[in-house]
Amino acid sequence: MQINVNLNGTEQSHDVEPRLLLVHYIRDVAGETGTHWGCDTSNCGACVVWLDDVPVKSCTVLAVMADKHRVTTIEGLAVGGVLDPVQQGFMECHGLQCGFCTPGMMMTARWLLDHNPNPSELEIREALSGQLCRCTGYHNIVKSVQWAAAHPATVGAST
Amino acid sequence: MTIIEETTSTTATSTTATATDTAALSPGGNPMGFGRMLRKEDVRFVRGKGNYIDDVKRPGMLHGAILRSPYAHARIVSIDTSAAEAHPKVRAVITGATLEGLKLAWMPTMSYDTQAVLATDKVRFQGQEVAFVVADDRYSAKDALELIVVDYEPLEVVMDARKALDPGAPVIRDDKEGKTDNHIFDWESGSKEATDAAFASAEVVVAQAMLYPRSHPAPMETCGMVAEMNPVSGKLTLWSNTQAPHAHRTVYALVAGLPEHKIQVICPDIGGGFGNKVPIYPGYVCSIVGSIVTGKPVKWIEDRSENLMSTGFARDYHMKGEIAATRDGKIVGLRVDVLADHGAFNATAQPTNYPAGFFHIFTGSYDYGAAHCKVTGVYSNKAPGGVAYACSFRITEAVYLVERIVDCLAAELKMDPAELRMKNLLRPEQFPYTTPTGWEYDSGDYPRALQMALDIAGYAELRKEQAEKRARGELMGIGLSFFTEGVGAGPRKHMDILGLGMADGCELRVHPTGKAQLRLSVQSQGQGHETTFAQIVAQEVGIPPEDVEVINGDTDNTPFGLGTYGSRSTPVSGAAAAVVARRVRDKARIIAAVALECSPDDLEWNRDRWSVKGDPSQGKTIQEIAMLSHSSLELPDGVEGHLDAQAVYNPPNLTYPFGAYICVVDVDAGTGQVKVRRFIAVDDCGPRINPMIVEGQVHGGLVDGIGMALMEVIAFDDAGNCLGGSFMDYLLPTTMEVPSFELGETVTPSPHHPLGCKGVGESATVGSPPAVVNAVMDAIGVRHADMPLTPAQVWRAMQGRPLRTDLAIE
Repeated sequence: MQINVNLNGTEQSHDVEPRLLLVHYIRDVAGETGTHWGCDTSNCGACVVWLDDVPVKSCTVLAVMADKHRVTTIEGLAVGGVLDPVQQGFMECHGLQCGFCTPGMMMTARWLLDHNPNPSELEIREALSGQLCRCTGYHNIVKSVQWAAAHPATVGAST
Repeated sequence: MTIIEETTSTTATSTTATATDTAALSPGGNPMGFGRMLRKEDVRFVRGKGNYIDDVKRPGMLHGAILRSPYAHARIVSIDTSAAEAHPKVRAVITGATLEGLKLAWMPTMSYDTQAVLATDKVRFQGQEVAFVVADDRYSAKDALELIVVDYEPLEVVMDARKALDPGAPVIRDDKEGKTDNHIFDWESGSKEATDAAFASAEVVVAQAMLYPRSHPAPMETCGMVAEMNPVSGKLTLWSNTQAPHAHRTVYALVAGLPEHKIQVICPDIGGGFGNKVPIYPGYVCSIVGSIVTGKPVKWIEDRSENLMSTGFARDYHMKGEIAATRDGKIVGLRVDVLADHGAFNATAQPTNYPAGFFHIFTGSYDYGAAHCKVTGVYSNKAPGGVAYACSFRITEAVYLVERIVDCLAAELKMDPAELRMKNLLRPEQFPYTTPTGWEYDSGDYPRALQMALDIAGYAELRKEQAEKRARGELMGIGLSFFTEGVGAGPRKHMDILGLGMADGCELRVHPTGKAQLRLSVQSQGQGHETTFAQIVAQEVGIPPEDVEVINGDTDNTPFGLGTYGSRSTPVSGAAAAVVARRVRDKARIIAAVALECSPDDLEWNRDRWSVKGDPSQGKTIQEIAMLSHSSLELPDGVEGHLDAQAVYNPPNLTYPFGAYICVVDVDAGTGQVKVRRFIAVDDCGPRINPMIVEGQVHGGLVDGIGMALMEVIAFDDAGNCLGGSFMDYLLPTTMEVPSFELGETVTPSPHHPLGCKGVGESATVGSPPAVVNAVMDAIGVRHADMPLTPAQVWRAMQGRPLRTDLAIE
């Protein structure tokens, strides 16, 4: 099937199998490998991207469902070459170790802050509760999101 | 800053710690040595620019997939691959028969056993590798697996380790000549005689059987490989997310008969390891064979079920402990009988002399008269493995045993568990301390750490709150644990894996402009080596950490060593890095003396420069010396140009980090649901190179431990079906099951490590499970129930009928 996807602001057009998962489309066809695959069962959230403006687990979305939609991945998070405060927060607060779950965590965190600029710790934990991290124990991920909330102006380093 | 000065920072959750000496910041704003420094590797990770194994793409690359056994024990009658071979996108189908022709159907394990690469005679666990398909893309490879027809003849299974040695039990390893049972090894440590005598005269003896159930490391990234055999040069390049690239290279050379100098193992960024990525798996060998057969690069990436069902598990220790004490609470002896379930192949990666790992450190942190342990290893129809999941070579099991049974003793004596521990902890003046089973603990101040944890927790107030709640019928529990870890294996004369001594190389090259590259044998899986090791160089030789590039994970470009597991990186490679940095500093002194026309003895070191004693204006920075070392400056006889050094560090002993943990839980009396309300962790790992990274390691380990205590288990039904084969069934903690943590720190340097550092990667995973279980037992007033303490298990325990958690049978 021919699909047209706006991936991180760039129009892409590909002929794909109807069964192709969005995560594999993004990684293997479009070549953006910042989005990770971790579990097959929609439990881990390493594959979270935005379909239009909503976080989805891209291992449970078919690529053809993204036809004529916008997809935003971690590669699209920094705007104009400047890190998003969420990205800066994860660096400042040691919110990542191996980095594998990090892109999905940051996509959800950005969505949360867009809808709730001053979340409580519980609200942050609830927003991220569909995603797994095996390294950080979540402690510093929560701190990273709090840092980003406290630094809403983009202050990050340029990419 | 004097790095091995003993300091104590009292509290808690300090992600805001700063470099201890702000005057010493580098031009990049980083500490010129130890201190909080943002991680260098994060620059790529936060942008989605990490490079993990599944990100590796090679020209013409094919994709592999593994057909696995649906049975736990079955004879293979026939395998028909013709339909798969006829699939238009399939390039090769490899079976055990193919591998037999190459003498690769079986491979040695890291415990001198053998393991089937692809099954030939029979399958011995559910998920065992049966065939390997290579196809143009990953979907087609999986499609083709469906086209392979295997005729199995099911056999009786051994799923309960306690029945593995029964007369008449089916013999799992009938591939081993003359094998008539499922016995692997017997091993013991300590004095049985002295321990029996201590028990015979003891006033109080408490016995408790407990299971540390099988769990899985489940790193977020599964295992995988890209194998590329160049048919012209004969060079085999392996992109592999292994924790031990050099050891793997040697094993591939030995197994496959390939020349070791033509094998290059490249580790990309690794998405977590936790011991899961230490062993060599059949998928790796199949990928190599696939590349040889097709002449193309072959990528193989496990799916999550394959990871959970077939790769290195952890634990599975059935322990019967007994503790002896005086009526007033002085422990006089400890003994334990262990049945260790190693699965279908003994593939555990322990040092050769230690088939039960370091379990005989089970005496823990207390002062005993005598102790004895006996461990029996058995085969079962479960996946092979055994060193995995931050286990510190079975110290996790050992600490769980002693910390659980000390609580049982406290209950028996009606003593407060904190008081009982304080009464029996080793005293600072007893170090170095030799345990009844022969370990020499290097240094420690245990009562100080326990007292700090009690202070942070507000222990007396918590007990008061608990009493008030109990009066209202609410269940609140407070659990303690005190652990002693042993990390940083060697020395090489005592410890090897497959004959490879546990010592690690390191090289430091300082370029003419004063920038440096440090080459490590150990391999980061997320621990932050690129930052921590740059800080060690900065500390020792004054090169800013941003000017030190740390290189790991490429066997062509790094020195040999045994890799990262058992918290080895800082205790072994960190020491090696300090040694090479000091060698560079010593050589720099000679070069500076030539340039300054003085004797080296007239110079003194000050952070980043050698200067004349009494005249600091006369000196040379390390950067100036680096250029001089590459210049035309005439050097004394015997002094070579350039500013490089290398070392192989052979640790004289393990290092022994320790800590005191307190867990506070609330239990729903109606449902058995456990809520971890607070967790206090005081860790002593010696001086902290980067406190931010150390705290992160502790946070992660605490959640691993809470997961094991409350949620995680790889259980089986009585037909041998794995009941933990996906994240739907194998439950990892999320943000909602764990609290934010309260950390404390004491600093007791190791006397034998050049930096005093002890390692910390596994401390929290080792120390936290007994604290959680002790807290839950304290809440519900039950002597013991096995992990994981799911609501069902807690509720059943409250009814006096705890479950067996490893098998789905009553």
